[in-house]
Amino acid sequence: MLRVRNLSCARGGVPVLSDVGFEVAAGHAIVLRGPNGVGKTTLLRTLAGLQPAIGGEVDYPEDEGAYASHADGIKTALTVTENLKFWADVHGTALPDAILETFDLADLRDRLGGTLSAGQKRRLGLARLGVIGRKVLFLDEPTVSLDRFSVKLFAAWLQNTHLAAGGVAVIATHIDLGLAAPELDLTPFKAAADADGGSDEAFL
Amino acid sequence: MIALLLRDLRLAFRAGGGFGLGLAFFLIVVVLVPFGVGPETELLSRIAPGILWVASLLAALLSLDRIFALDFEDGSLSLLATSPLPMEGAALMKALAHWITTGLPLTLAAPALGFLLSLAPEAYAYLLISLLLGTPALSMIGTFGAALTVGIRRGGLLLSLLVLPLYVPTLIFGAEAVRRGADGLDPAGALMLMAGITAGCFALLPFATAAVLRINLR
Repeated sequence: MLRVRNLSCARGGVPVLSDVGFEVAAGHAIVLRGPNGVGKTTLLRTLAGLQPAIGGEVDYPEDEGAYASHADGIKTALTVTENLKFWADVHGTALPDAILETFDLADLRDRLGGTLSAGQKRRLGLARLGVIGRKVLFLDEPTVSLDRFSVKLFAAWLQNTHLAAGGVAVIATHIDLGLAAPELDLTPFKAAADADGGSDEAFL
Repeated sequence: MIALLLRDLRLAFRAGGGFGLGLAFFLIVVVLVPFGVGPETELLSRIAPGILWVASLLAALLSLDRIFALDFEDGSLSLLATSPLPMEGAALMKALAHWITTGLPLTLAAPALGFLLSLAPEAYAYLLISLLLGTPALSMIGTFGAALTVGIRRGGLLLSLLVLPLYVPTLIFGAEAVRRGADGLDPAGALMLMAGITAGCFALLPFATAAVLRINLR
């Protein structure tokens, strides 16, 4: 469902990764590994279409990609339900009732976003993925500030709901989610220091 | 698109939102001017159109940097960019939300404040019409400026410098329409030019804003 071929991407005009290639079939996930700064976030943002690739191809069904980073996009002055409802409306989906239970947010449904703890915010941010109904997820460190129980909740949702329904996930993480997913170490794809491709930055 | 508009309005009206900031500033400026100028009704009524227009322009400017900065900081802007909502639509809704929370209250409050500045009675209708036609352009141009400076820390100064020159035509024609109305002349020309500017802004700037946002999100 997701096919990446010879992809090169740059951060701030400096090429960081080149010739990345992998394929993920429907119902499967892939875990990106690599030391800090190797380009996991850049790769995910490029895949999600937030920044242009400097070369190569990314192929997945149009309008099926969703991106989630450490910034959850939670409005502090809106309640948990209002936050989720907004994303459901933007994506034209209905807010599934079960999603609050799945991410253990049911007791917090009327709390303002600003009064949530870091881990609760994170769970709310991840619950958004269950609301918007997108098939191809690009997850950047989804488990940051989650406790062990919440990581299990998230992994269970990913495995039993998202992947089981034929979804795809590309996950950059440093911890073991307990998924039966292949790992891709990005270190070998590191772009050479003088690699070409960042030169068009001046013509933005 | 409506969801984004409703969310922005809801955020503006909740605690910590930007609603009332521009309006309060507008009230303060216009109330203070008579104290500064002195109790000369004739002078006040002559400068009233200009004061009202300059004050509403500055009031609109005051809340511009909130348009995208908050969404950029908490990551919603990236999430919106990957949502089915076109960025052009998002830009338009942002401008509309800014107008409803700033331009519209200014327009409605202006006649009352015109009274404080002893604005000529014939000019009230034109004040209302000119603000109603002109303030949407202020919001749309401001949204474009906010998009240009979205990633920049403390971009407020740069934003004002970028946006103010673009506000000048609206200011000139807006104040001119009210002045002509006060003098009993025909303000149609100025009003039509200003409406033209507003229409042009809404036709072009959502696309420019979306393009700029896409670049700033990289």
